Amino acid sequence: MSRDPPYQRKVFVVASISTAQPDLDHPSEDDLDPGGGEGGFTAGAVVRYVLLAVVIAIGVLGLVKCVGQKEWTGLAVVVVATLVVVATYVTPKFIPLKYLVPGILLMIMFQLYPVLYTFETAFTNNGDGHRSSKAASIAAITVNGPVVQGANATSYTLSVAVKAGANPLTAPFVYFLVDTNNKVQLGDSSGLHPVAAGSVTVSSLLTKVTAAKGYTILSALQVNARSDEFNAFTVPAGNGSAVKESGISSAYLGQSRYVYNKSSDTITDSVTKTVYVAKDAQWTPQSGNGAPLAQGWQQNVGFSNFTKVLTNSTIRSSFTGILFWNLAFAFFSTLTIFALGLLLAIALNDSRMKGQKVTRSLLLIPYALPAFVTALVWASMYNKDFGLINSLTGLHIDWLGSVWPARAALLITNLWLGFPYMFIVCTGALQSVPGDLKEAATVDGASPLFAFRTVILPMLMVAVAPLLVATFAFNFNNFTLIQLLTGGGPFPANNPSAGKTDLLISYTYRLAFGGGGAQFGFAAAISIFIFIIVAIISLATFSRTKALEDVN
Amino acid sequence: MLSRMSGLRGTVVAVAALTMVSACSSGSSNGAAPAASGSSTSAAAASSSTSAAAASSGSAGASAATSSSAGGAATSGAAPSVGGAVGLTIWTDALKAPVIQKFATEFGAANGIKVAVQSVATNLQTAYVTATNAGKGPDVVAGANDWIGNLVQNGTIEPLNLPAATASSFLPIAIKNVTYNGQIYGVPYDVENLALFYNTDLVKTPPTTIEELQAQGSALLKAGKVKEILDLPADGGTAGSGDPYNAEPLYTSAGGYMFGVQANGAYDPSDLGLSKPVAATAYQKIQGLAKAGVLKTSINDNNVISRFSEGDAAFLQSGPWATAQIGKKVPFKVVPMVGFAGGTARAFVGSQAFYVSAKSKNKSFAEEFVENFLTKPAVAAALYQNNPLPSALTAQYNAEVAADPNTAGFGGGAKVGDPLPSIPAMAAVWTPLGIAEFNILSGHDPVSTIAAAATTIKAAIGKQ
Repeated sequence: MSRDPPYQRKVFVVASISTAQPDLDHPSEDDLDPGGGEGGFTAGAVVRYVLLAVVIAIGVLGLVKCVGQKEWTGLAVVVVATLVVVATYVTPKFIPLKYLVPGILLMIMFQLYPVLYTFETAFTNNGDGHRSSKAASIAAITVNGPVVQGANATSYTLSVAVKAGANPLTAPFVYFLVDTNNKVQLGDSSGLHPVAAGSVTVSSLLTKVTAAKGYTILSALQVNARSDEFNAFTVPAGNGSAVKESGISSAYLGQSRYVYNKSSDTITDSVTKTVYVAKDAQWTPQSGNGAPLAQGWQQNVGFSNFTKVLTNSTIRSSFTGILFWNLAFAFFSTLTIFALGLLLAIALNDSRMKGQKVTRSLLLIPYALPAFVTALVWASMYNKDFGLINSLTGLHIDWLGSVWPARAALLITNLWLGFPYMFIVCTGALQSVPGDLKEAATVDGASPLFAFRTVILPMLMVAVAPLLVATFAFNFNNFTLIQLLTGGGPFPANNPSAGKTDLLISYTYRLAFGGGGAQFGFAAAISIFIFIIVAIISLATFSRTKALEDVN
Repeated sequence: MLSRMSGLRGTVVAVAALTMVSACSSGSSNGAAPAASGSSTSAAAASSSTSAAAASSGSAGASAATSSSAGGAATSGAAPSVGGAVGLTIWTDALKAPVIQKFATEFGAANGIKVAVQSVATNLQTAYVTATNAGKGPDVVAGANDWIGNLVQNGTIEPLNLPAATASSFLPIAIKNVTYNGQIYGVPYDVENLALFYNTDLVKTPPTTIEELQAQGSALLKAGKVKEILDLPADGGTAGSGDPYNAEPLYTSAGGYMFGVQANGAYDPSDLGLSKPVAATAYQKIQGLAKAGVLKTSINDNNVISRFSEGDAAFLQSGPWATAQIGKKVPFKVVPMVGFAGGTARAFVGSQAFYVSAKSKNKSFAEEFVENFLTKPAVAAALYQNNPLPSALTAQYNAEVAADPNTAGFGGGAKVGDPLPSIPAMAAVWTPLGIAEFNILSGHDPVSTIAAAATTIKAAIGKQ
């Protein structure tokens, strides 16, 4: 063999890097056992301990953060991960683990965790209106909810004070309120009280109390430091109404519109007298008439998201058509991308081609441009009346507005986006096919085409087939292209929820996020179904690829 | 060897210990001043605590990731009494960040706090909801009024209690825009609605109906002076998605409506105008315009303004945001949008507004800033100067209308327009209606297409 196949070369390089690391100075077991031996203290060991110190430092930082936010699961994960890393690298044992641990940890963090999180979400009703806890929804509706201002809609300028000499951080609030008639009142937790003229100084500029005998006026910063207390503080003013702050310098007379009753677990609207009960993670009118309150809460819903996917009539009616187009799109995308990439690779692999390097570099340009920019440029090129394609060719095709042209447009654009990748891969693989094999085939009298089909292509496929599977899986879920180019359209006039170029992923995105706000639980359940489909296809293809490897 | 080794082990332990100590000290200062955690002011908080070298460099790195600029007074004098730096964080889009920054700095200086204005380039609404639910959101956010339904639904914004005097200084439609379920949730600062731009080189008397516009445009087209009759986006950013926001003036002038109005003035999500026969009639008329070449699906959000400013058409339907984009490329004037003869073209009138986060740790300052500071005429004037979107404050608005006839053109539309719905049900309308509009303009039967869209929309609203 004149050359190693590229993947073998890569493995060799990787191996040489990783073997080089522990024995920077001495190829002994020195740095595996830094305590003993003559060489003792090598550069490798220093690097190792510095890196370990960094890991510990990051771990401790994460630990403190987790404690601060009371994230006990996170805490356990940080502690275990840090201990595993330290235990693996601080001792001379566990040599295989030393190579595997970083990869495994990263896999858990970026692969396993998102997958598990998706599974967990699939069993909840997480989504718009159902993002927080029930307690948070009650608070949002009642305490932090709408307020009915008093009939006379009194508003005041506000100065917040505490008794003179009391601790400004803990002492009960006293409000000095100046109404629009410049009447000054004192408010505390017992109610409103008149203020003797002369005992307070009212700034004429701000119409605000700036000093009061026997009281310390708090600065804005001091009030803000007690924000939660301040927001909850009210001065009762009779008839269920109260004076409440609206910012640090103003207050108003009003009452909360919604009142929560703890014993019956209901919320009452004090304006319409509607009683809301907790039902399906929402506050629903007891009478059954009318809309539920907007703020619901997150809860476990078991398998209902999965049954919804299986029983939803719009999903059922459009699913087959979309799946077929999805498979066709992924298949033909992979096929055209591979064909063009291979063709160009073969052409440019011929020594008779001039300017190989320049041409190869130029061919990479579509790959180097961000896909979303390219897709938007192509979208404007497909414009029926003003697009480049129609005006160059003299055609009047409504590219993105009719079914088959839109599908063709997607495949063309995807070919443009994808062929450079296959071109790189095939160029590499072709160069790894030993030249003497080709010569032998020629000597044996095989035609170039026959030699390519029987000798070169099988060897090529060993390297390329797994990447074809990956390309297929990527295009099966090529959300970006669909969303930017056609948005799933054109849509049949009688069904605006399933487009003719929709992939499963873009279709379900519209179902989960398009209409009634984001429904994360539902979306997670759908993505699990898509995951299963892609996994089955990939498994089947990979077992085919194993068969190919036998050729080598 | 052993001594060197133990020295190294000692260093490792020391580094770890130092990190732990410094992290703890910064943690505890964060605890006393909750404002500092997670916001861009955490770097300041950490460096003010003692010997927190490692932690402060860490948090500085984290805060550097967002494009923030902190203004305001030095905190060292006032801060210790409440245990650390207090910071207010405001999220807005890049366009108004500099203006807000100027006033934020002023507000910060007056109150002895730090105010950071951060511009969030994309998906501000989603980013805000997600961050706020995770406890990492800003104290104040600026955004369109049709976000309110979604923001309230997710419990992320605080109801505001504007004093009656403040509320009455705003245009009634602007207050309607920020009112959801009878409660004000934001402080509006502009009104935005569609109007008709016409090229004054080509058109002497602006049309008052779409039929007149069609006659004038067709004559210009025949004379070869323009390439199309009207630049009205009949399609959205992606092909086939339609643009019902831009179809609204025509739709309402033909008798259609989006949602019925309840007794208290709020939209009624159960009364969907698209399920009424008049919707199909209206879209039949709109389809007639497409057949006559007045509306073209090839004119979309991406190319509409540039086509007008290159002189391809004499008429453009767009909002105040187009003014700056057209600039001086073509001479133009703005008049209220025209509709079918016999009807009033009512565009949606939207507002940009400031909201206070329900999860803000500095609600008092945030409310103070939004309710009592941003409602000042000077703020409105500066925002108008920066980007001429008509102000939401009545006095300011009247002055702008008097000074600029084009603003008056928008004002005429704002007077007759409908508030842009902020109910969550509206989110269920845009996509299906847009697709239906595109299909109808492409020649599909209006009656069945609108019926299918109405069914889809009703199902989606039911799920909310």
